[in-house]
Amino acid sequence: MTPHVILRIIAKFLIPLIALFAFYVQFHGDFGPGGGFQAGVILAASVILYALIFGLEAAKEAIPPSWVRIGMSLGVLLYGGTGVVTWMLGGEFLNYSVLIDGYPAKGQHYGIIAVELGVLLAVASVMLAIFYAFGSRQPDLSEEDW
Amino acid sequence: MDFLSFMPEWLITHGAAVLVIMPLLLGAITAILPSERLAWFVTLFVTVFSTVTAFAILLVIFGGETQLYKMGGWDPPHGIAYVIDGLNAPIIFLICSMALLTTLYGLKSVVAEVEPKKRAPFYAAFMLGMAGLLGMVVTGDAFNVFVFLEVSSISTYVLVAMGASRDRRALAASYNYLILGSIGATFFVIGLGFLYMETGTLNMADIGGILRNLDGGSRVSMVAFGFITVGLGLKLAMFPLHLWLPGAYAHAPTMVTVFLASTATKAALYLMLRFTFTVFDVSFDYVFTVLTFIITGLGCAAMLLGSLSAIFQTDARRTLAYSSIAQVGYMLLGVGMLTAMGLTASYVHVLNHAVIKGALFFALGAFWYRYGITRTEDFAGLGKMMPWTMGAFTLGGLSLIGVPLTAGFISKLQLARAALDRGWEWAVVVIMVSSILAIFYIGRLLLAAYFQSPPEIDGEVVERNEAPLIILIPMWFLALLSIGIGIYYSDFVVQLGQNASDVLLQGDRP
Repeated sequence: MTPHVILRIIAKFLIPLIALFAFYVQFHGDFGPGGGFQAGVILAASVILYALIFGLEAAKEAIPPSWVRIGMSLGVLLYGGTGVVTWMLGGEFLNYSVLIDGYPAKGQHYGIIAVELGVLLAVASVMLAIFYAFGSRQPDLSEEDW
Repeated sequence: MDFLSFMPEWLITHGAAVLVIMPLLLGAITAILPSERLAWFVTLFVTVFSTVTAFAILLVIFGGETQLYKMGGWDPPHGIAYVIDGLNAPIIFLICSMALLTTLYGLKSVVAEVEPKKRAPFYAAFMLGMAGLLGMVVTGDAFNVFVFLEVSSISTYVLVAMGASRDRRALAASYNYLILGSIGATFFVIGLGFLYMETGTLNMADIGGILRNLDGGSRVSMVAFGFITVGLGLKLAMFPLHLWLPGAYAHAPTMVTVFLASTATKAALYLMLRFTFTVFDVSFDYVFTVLTFIITGLGCAAMLLGSLSAIFQTDARRTLAYSSIAQVGYMLLGVGMLTAMGLTASYVHVLNHAVIKGALFFALGAFWYRYGITRTEDFAGLGKMMPWTMGAFTLGGLSLIGVPLTAGFISKLQLARAALDRGWEWAVVVIMVSSILAIFYIGRLLLAAYFQSPPEIDGEVVERNEAPLIILIPMWFLALLSIGIGIYYSDFVVQLGQNASDVLLQGDRP
């Protein structure tokens, strides 16, 4: 039998809920406190919990470090890309009002959603990258290897 | 201007944001690029494009305009404003053009100094650092300054640590820089917090207006000024806060050293000018006292002790690093005079020193590239082994000492005149003594290079082995530029300095 049965069962139950809560915080950001940064941290926490219970290797299989690296850049690009789109539509950088012609309020709504998604992606990836980096550190050199 | 008619209208109006955003986004793309060659080309594209844009903006500003860019279309006191005027336009151009030159240089030197897997991320971090520096110079929002300060600092720590594949001490140097830099940034943001408490706004122009109405404000803004001065002092390596600098300059990859030496401390000095003269004002008692007594004193101490330490270093890169600390002292002395002439001299020296130190560090990197030399005693015979590189080093060195017809002479002359104008004869003596010390630390290297014979290995004299062309071009460009400034363009550079001091001292004089 594998050890820590209770931990494993509870974690299996909690992890999807944590991830779901992350998306709740993400999309609730339009109406109240919350948003991409908090959601990103919570989303990363669900993966980190998985890694703590099932091991770093299993977590790396589920979410490979190469994805994490791409996610970091993609998040920034999604944020900045929104700004570039507003440039192309003739506004200032990140002036969401121009996103939808004639409906500045709607444009701002979609603009902020895109930007927050970028933040979510970037923050979650960076958190995971930091965790992977510390988690997979090589043990210290032994005396003979000097 | 003819040049301006080639530039699209859109690029001029949105230039302030383009300069910051483009390296930021392309840096993020570069981070996931597989090939180092591709990463280099992206960096080259970004730097060329930024340099052209910055030059166009410089021309527009030189015509007497001030550019205001509203981020996201929000109006300034609430939204973030990017402001370009006579004070920061030359610094912006300096950062972009130095980034371009170091990128050219990096084609060969990064291959030699950074391990293969890290080269594409190296360029990504380089672009992020450039974006951070440009951001903190362009922005007119005090908190935005902090954000970009952190962007540039964090990428700089990474860049310095990348020198580890050449020299493991880079890791310790980077860690030192990380700790001290973070303390500096923390002090800066604490100061901003106090300022926000006093004025309730983060827009620099707005803070300035409110503080002037309050006639300097209460003790809160006094404390804010103290924290901001110390925080920025750490970043610009003001004398007793310079301990991170020699290690970081000595062990970083050459491309990073050049970029840091000629832009990072300059951007921090720009911020200090901006904060002390336009956000705060020299008519406030506490600002006046701090600048006249403390900043001037620390500047003079830096000039003497920095130059003195430079003489006793065994590593040539550390010699130049300590010389940088001394040169920051010159700039601080000019600021401490609080006169238009002093500020002009200080600003001219910011530009000149960037050119001079760039050339010198380029040359040191080339010596390492060919012969793995960094120690001063190994300079023997370099004049015969690498005549062209040593030639550039000599020109840069003479300029650093302040020999007539060089850029260094122009800035020292300006500074001495300003000191006499202020009635500070002793300051002229300090400048002279520091320059004499510079003769020692540069002369020591030149003597070894030209009057000693090349070393013999296994009975054979080491052969001449000149640096590759792509390394020589940026080096000689800067070396010739420092002579060019001394002979032809001194008026132009001084004019830039005067424009800057006009911005700083507009309206209310002390």
